[in-house]
Amino acid sequence: MKRSITRLLMAPSVILLLIWMIVPLSMTIYFSTIRYNLLYPGQNNFVGWMNFEFFLTDPGFFPAVANTLILLASVLIITVVLGVLLSALIDRPFWGQGIVRVLLISPFFIMPTVNALIWKNMMMNPVYGIFAWISESLGFEPIDWLSSFPLASIIIMVSWQWLPFAILVFVTALQSQDTEQKEAAQMDGATGWHIFRYLTLPHLARPITVVVMIETIFLLAIFAEIFVSTGGGPGYDSTNLAYLIYNQALLQYDVGVASAGGLFAVLLANIVAFFLIRAVGKNLTV
Amino acid sequence: MSYLAITDLQKHYDDYHALRGINLAIEEGEFIVFVGPSGCGKSTLLRTIAGLETSSSGAIELDGKDITELASSKRDLAMVFQSYALYPHMTVADNLSFALRLAKAPDAEIKEKVQAVSKSLQLDALLERKPKELSGGQRQRVAIGRAIVRQPKVFLFDEPLSNLDAALRVQMRLELARLHKKLGTTMIYVTHDQVEAMTLADRVVILNAGQIEQVGTPLELYRQPNSRFVAEFIGTPKMNLIPLDQAVKQDSAVELTLLGKSIAFPTSRLTGDLSNQTIMGIRPEHMHLVDHAADLTGKVELVEHLGSEAYAHILLSSGQTIIVKASARIDLADGQQVHIQLEVDEMILLNDQDRVISASTEGE
Ligand SMILES: Nc1ncnc2c1ncn2[C@@H]1O[C@H](COP(=O)(O)OP(=O)(O)O)[C@@H](O)[C@H]1O
Ligand SMILES: [Mg+2]
Repeated sequence: MKRSITRLLMAPSVILLLIWMIVPLSMTIYFSTIRYNLLYPGQNNFVGWMNFEFFLTDPGFFPAVANTLILLASVLIITVVLGVLLSALIDRPFWGQGIVRVLLISPFFIMPTVNALIWKNMMMNPVYGIFAWISESLGFEPIDWLSSFPLASIIIMVSWQWLPFAILVFVTALQSQDTEQKEAAQMDGATGWHIFRYLTLPHLARPITVVVMIETIFLLAIFAEIFVSTGGGPGYDSTNLAYLIYNQALLQYDVGVASAGGLFAVLLANIVAFFLIRAVGKNLTV
Repeated sequence: MSYLAITDLQKHYDDYHALRGINLAIEEGEFIVFVGPSGCGKSTLLRTIAGLETSSSGAIELDGKDITELASSKRDLAMVFQSYALYPHMTVADNLSFALRLAKAPDAEIKEKVQAVSKSLQLDALLERKPKELSGGQRQRVAIGRAIVRQPKVFLFDEPLSNLDAALRVQMRLELARLHKKLGTTMIYVTHDQVEAMTLADRVVILNAGQIEQVGTPLELYRQPNSRFVAEFIGTPKMNLIPLDQAVKQDSAVELTLLGKSIAFPTSRLTGDLSNQTIMGIRPEHMHLVDHAADLTGKVELVEHLGSEAYAHILLSSGQTIIVKASARIDLADGQQVHIQLEVDEMILLNDQDRVISASTEGE
């Protein structure tokens, strides 16, 4: 009796969530199996696996998968490593700590589009960007970042955007670290490095896991930065899966192939999540 | 030259003067207890000795070396914290061996020392556990073990027993006393519990508002406090302080007048001048209920039975309530009139500056 009431009361939210998930997913699955090109309306016949075949044999497919994974791995490594180091650095009190923290966190509140525009026009532009100015004043040729190192440029932009998130999580975690433990280690003869290595890093294992999980979700779907800056190019050099799908859907008007790509992206996300949880998830039980 | 010498140590926090000129000499092998009310600077003093706080001025010397400016990692002291501060991600064995591993001691030596310590503290069965899988008492023992393994020059304890329940606290207190006997290492122990201080210490240092009030053996402090603060701080229940109506110095005796009765106090025990208002101090255990007219008379307000003894709260005609120790089987009705006999030998006198102006009786 009591259990059925509980279920009854829970039902609306469960059903709503289910619909929320099921409807787009089933429509995507449906679209991926029909011919659905906006240039040829009305010819929506069933085509089986053909959309998937198109997507998987697209010349952009392998570069896109590779770029997605490289982007993911690089940004994760940069944000976690730099995040841990910077948070540990600003954890001990110093003059201006508050303002430094605010400055470090603030890039997180900038829209991805604006972020990309800032980097594209003010930092990396070969004519009037700050990087160009620096290399010129040092006597070097300015580098055209976006065309010479498109993927690296994207990685820099996205890392700049996500580093604050990592710092935010790590700084909060560090504040809960027990100071007496650090003092005990100090009395045991530990140097700053020892304390970082044997106390702080283990203490951060769980926050690092959380940061990796959350960032992964967003990094697999990076789009705005690519769209605004490199446009996926040159060639496919900075095209990731999300951008390739957009390409199919809106540049070639092929909703069917785009849906197939979307489903592949879902599959890829699950594979990545599976390995991530296997690799770092055991930290969650510590 | 003493083993640990502290000279004119001052400590200012931003706008708070926490240590106001501490001078203290500790001999090798002594068990020293810092005791005092909460916030009096006990932890600050201990942490300054440990090097976890920097002193504002003054000097600390250990074993003939000035360590005032030395980093705590180089002082060769070990500290047991109130929270135990075990390393949560390491097993008990790793906690115990951490300092030795940092010092790059040979593996065989580390193993041997860890085994010896874990055996003496009954930690053998727990070596592979993490701190959070241990009980409070076990954590406490690991914390102590971690300090012992290093064989430091001095052990520092900051209220190590205050997180344990009463029974365990008594047991750990005994173990600490035994440990000190066995190791013979100098120990400095901070507590706000005067029972711990009295039972453990070779010498007790009583702190009050960032200053040392008195240093002495537990018995000295009990019998010969030199201020009202110490007189009241040591002993449970507190010493009774009774303002005298009059104190007149005569040839052989000081005549003390108290609520109409007069008591003779030997002049030879007087060490200072009598003031306008002299106060008499006497402990509950040095007063006795008698059934004939004696030094004091009062009415029973309340009796606390502790099983082995009882404490009678007695209202004097001056309106003051004093506490008198009585036998466990005493049967008193509330409001009953009682007579109290004082042990003059155990009495102390205080002047109006709250300083003690009498010496305890010699001998005994
Ligand atoms: N880090 C600090 N900053 C400012 N004041 C402090 C600090 N640590 C302790 N104090 C003050 O110094 C005084 C002594 O503290 P402490 O030594 O911890 O007392 P206790 O005798 O209870 O151990 C207290 O009044 C406390 O408020
Ligand atoms: Mg304290």
